[in-house]
Amino acid sequence: MMHATDRKLLRDIRRLWAQVLAIALVLACGVAILLTSFGMYRALDDTRAAYYERNRFADVFVDVRRAPLSLLTEIAAIPGVQAVEGRVTGDVVLDLPGRVDISVGRVLSLPDLELPRLNLPILRSGKWPETPDEIAVNEPFARTNGFVPGDVIAANLNGRKRNLTITGTLLSPEFIYTLGPGALMPDNRNFGILWMRRAGAAAAFDLNGAFNSVALKLDAHAQSDDVKDALDDMLAPYGGLGALGRDRQQSNAFVDAEIQQLRSMALILPPVFFGISAFLVAMVMGRVVTLERSEIGLLKALGYSDPQVCMHYLMLAGLIALAGIGIGWGVGTWLARQLAVLYTEFFDFPFLIFRVSPWVYALSGLLALVTTTLGAARSALIAARLPPAVAMQPPAPPKFRQTRIDRAMARARLGQPTVMILRSLIRWPLRSLLTSLGLSLAVAAVMTASFMTDALDYIVETAFYQSNRQHATLLFAQDLPTSALQEVARLPGVRQIEGQQYLAAVLRNGHHEKHVPIEARFPQPDLSRVVAQDGTALEMRAGGIVLSQRLAAELDVQTGDVVAAEFLTGKRGTHDLTVTDIVPLYFGLGAYADLAAMSRLFQQTPRISVANITLDDTRSDALQAAIKDIPKLTGLVMMTQTRRAFQETIRQNVTIMTTVYITIAVLISVGVAYNSARIQLSERARELASLRILGFSRGQVSYILVGELMLIAILAQPLGWMLGRLLTGLMVQGFSSDLYSLPLILKPATFSKASLVVLAAALASVLVVRRRLDRLDLVAVMKTRE
Amino acid sequence: MTDDAPLPVFRTKGITKVYTTGGVAVRALDGVDLELFSGELTVLLGPSGSGKSTLMNILGGLDHVTDGQVWLRDMELTAMNDRGLTRYRRDHVGFVFQFYNLVASLTARENVQLVTDVARDPMPADEALHLVGLGQRMHHFPSQMSGGEQQRVAIARAIAKRPEILLCDEPTGALDSKTGVQVLEALRDINDRFGTTTVVITHNAEIRRMAHRVIRFQDGRIAAVEMNAHRVAPSEIAW
Repeated sequence: MMHATDRKLLRDIRRLWAQVLAIALVLACGVAILLTSFGMYRALDDTRAAYYERNRFADVFVDVRRAPLSLLTEIAAIPGVQAVEGRVTGDVVLDLPGRVDISVGRVLSLPDLELPRLNLPILRSGKWPETPDEIAVNEPFARTNGFVPGDVIAANLNGRKRNLTITGTLLSPEFIYTLGPGALMPDNRNFGILWMRRAGAAAAFDLNGAFNSVALKLDAHAQSDDVKDALDDMLAPYGGLGALGRDRQQSNAFVDAEIQQLRSMALILPPVFFGISAFLVAMVMGRVVTLERSEIGLLKALGYSDPQVCMHYLMLAGLIALAGIGIGWGVGTWLARQLAVLYTEFFDFPFLIFRVSPWVYALSGLLALVTTTLGAARSALIAARLPPAVAMQPPAPPKFRQTRIDRAMARARLGQPTVMILRSLIRWPLRSLLTSLGLSLAVAAVMTASFMTDALDYIVETAFYQSNRQHATLLFAQDLPTSALQEVARLPGVRQIEGQQYLAAVLRNGHHEKHVPIEARFPQPDLSRVVAQDGTALEMRAGGIVLSQRLAAELDVQTGDVVAAEFLTGKRGTHDLTVTDIVPLYFGLGAYADLAAMSRLFQQTPRISVANITLDDTRSDALQAAIKDIPKLTGLVMMTQTRRAFQETIRQNVTIMTTVYITIAVLISVGVAYNSARIQLSERARELASLRILGFSRGQVSYILVGELMLIAILAQPLGWMLGRLLTGLMVQGFSSDLYSLPLILKPATFSKASLVVLAAALASVLVVRRRLDRLDLVAVMKTRE
Repeated sequence: MTDDAPLPVFRTKGITKVYTTGGVAVRALDGVDLELFSGELTVLLGPSGSGKSTLMNILGGLDHVTDGQVWLRDMELTAMNDRGLTRYRRDHVGFVFQFYNLVASLTARENVQLVTDVARDPMPADEALHLVGLGQRMHHFPSQMSGGEQQRVAIARAIAKRPEILLCDEPTGALDSKTGVQVLEALRDINDRFGTTTVVITHNAEIRRMAHRVIRFQDGRIAAVEMNAHRVAPSEIAW
């Protein structure tokens, strides 16, 4: 049978339901976010690890211009190397049936008679290709374009248009996140992976008896850096472009960045919610214990022991935790599912353990329980330690003392209600501080959401309207003399043309080194420009190099310092370059130089890797059709498309994020404000009723209740802005990787919007409580014994 | 009950209690030597502030003495630690307070169950409520009952554990004469029926007429102890 004390507990919960719910919702946020971020972090990490293990994902990757197959035996002999896979790869322009615009395919060779030893793809449908005219494509590309085994697509292979029959679809650990050349987001419609038997691929790229890409698997104890150095030395004569570890493998780096973000989210956000919940529980329990003082005395008089009394109040907190955990688990499970759906749009896994493991549920529940217990501990201990004889007497009125502030208030001739408000703030400074801290966290949460929108808008503005003003970029199969620009000019619809060269290089400063492509431009470009912090276009200087802020930081160099650039293409060699400027950049790690100066350095005529063009929109189709037949091109990047895809994706994500953050902020504001107001009302009911009896109007009495809380809320704003600045700074740091970064953009509107949301939520909560003030039964209040 | 061979249940020897509030020492009890006898209904009479509530708190194990000793039979309360006093309260004492001290969120029956849940050999909660004439009101919450009814629930709660001693602090203090009498009748009935040693603290001199023994309190000391030759029924008392 249920004990009477348990029944009391349940009725207390029912009586306090609004306050319990307000706390439970904040707690639920913590539980749900922990469940989602930590659960998905583990799921993604585990899934990736299993996928890599099962399909033997390589440890080291390197591209090379052309190396003889015989070299593979020597590479295999490097100490620490477990397996080697030499491959042929290259980008080709695709002509898809029924499509005007071109697509790009990345050809990747499969061994002629067997399956690859490394990066083993999984056959998802159909069969493996066999003849040189057969290909398998990555499953998302087939799905998006509606291809099934048996379909035929045309590809521009080494100047000849060939029809390739799709035999099957594959997924590979190398392409979990698939980015085409120049793309910012996966685009499965216009970029696909084409697996082809070695013979066909080698013929297509003139690599018979040779390879241009190697993947290595290392022994568990191998020194990765030693192997990479040995490999680089071995491949240097053949145009090796520098060995990269998994961290620089594009697909893996993006999955890493996502896992990293989930991890920091799991570490930063839940503690904030748990902290606020603990504070709210402490506040409510403190009041409950004060109100139930005589009941505590009674329980003890009846023979309940101190631990029993302590336990009774801890269980009250435990019930709040249970409510929070229940809601949190429900919402968290739903959120994790939504996130999983979102992931399937960007990440291509053959299987995904999207189930959040039971121990993550247990962990989040345990943390929530511990948090509320800690929050309730002080009050429960006070209840346990309260001597019964003392408990039976009404509590002594709170101690107020004359302080300098009181004298100041007297001089200021403030009205008594205002004095009551101020005195209460000062009398409970910790409570006032924690209340405003809670509200300021809500302000910070809204700021984080609106900051993201502004930052991404700023990125779009700088990346697409300031820096990359070209409509499209044509990618060449290999570097061409500048005369190629004249041929480009003859293409239909082309208006403006500028050439640009990409030089693969390793930049070094002391022990810091970074693999980057250096973008070399002709002086005074109009289309693709390097823009300084102040928005002006920068000019490159001969013998100089301009670095992005992140690259400069990673190399630990400043303007005026010298970096050693080891060039990996053309006439290889190392040259010292002076850092002339450092610029902000939000995608990739940028390094820029003057094309004419670079050519002089290599003692050759200028060559270009890409052509940036502006277009006559009406002739776009004709241009696309023409490009399909040009053998020297491997791709076309339509900037407007890239921009739209980027904006579309971020708009979706930012909308979700803003909704989540503002919900969170409102929950925190309501949780804190509502509970504070209820507690004040409870503490002040007698006082306020007395004032009413003395002739104060409802408005005057409400002023005391609403005034104190809103004063705290207003005082919370500057603190919230500071916290918001701190939190957005942390976000910028946590978000920043070699792949992308965020600028810290905080507009005045961000601050005012955040304050408005929080103040409105706080005011609404207090006004709900104020309605109780109207229903106050004056006579009954005066009669009840506190 | 016979007055010839009374057995002392409680004995106190020189108990003093000093409270210090705001730097001022208040001597609430000042050397009280007292004996209470088995089965007797004793009225402790005195003006407010005379120390009678302090004495009850000490007899009930709710508070510690500053000096002196208290025995229940051969158990020395003043030698017990908090845990011992908790057990003592749970097993031996029933309390009735001036303001009833019912838990507002529990029904009459559940308030009694607060005791029966922890007591060693309690009577059923329903039976205790029947004894005070509230069999019909078991499922009512305190807010749905009159003051007299609430106080009778408090009595039911106190007797449900079959205590040896029933300590009542101004049990009629918050009640009018008519309902107060009902409460006194309930107390008298319990005392007659179970022989429970009962102490009623009051400043209402009329109530002394129903007692076996009357102890007058003044300034933290016992001023006089008198035996009642002719006890009257509560129904004959009025104030």
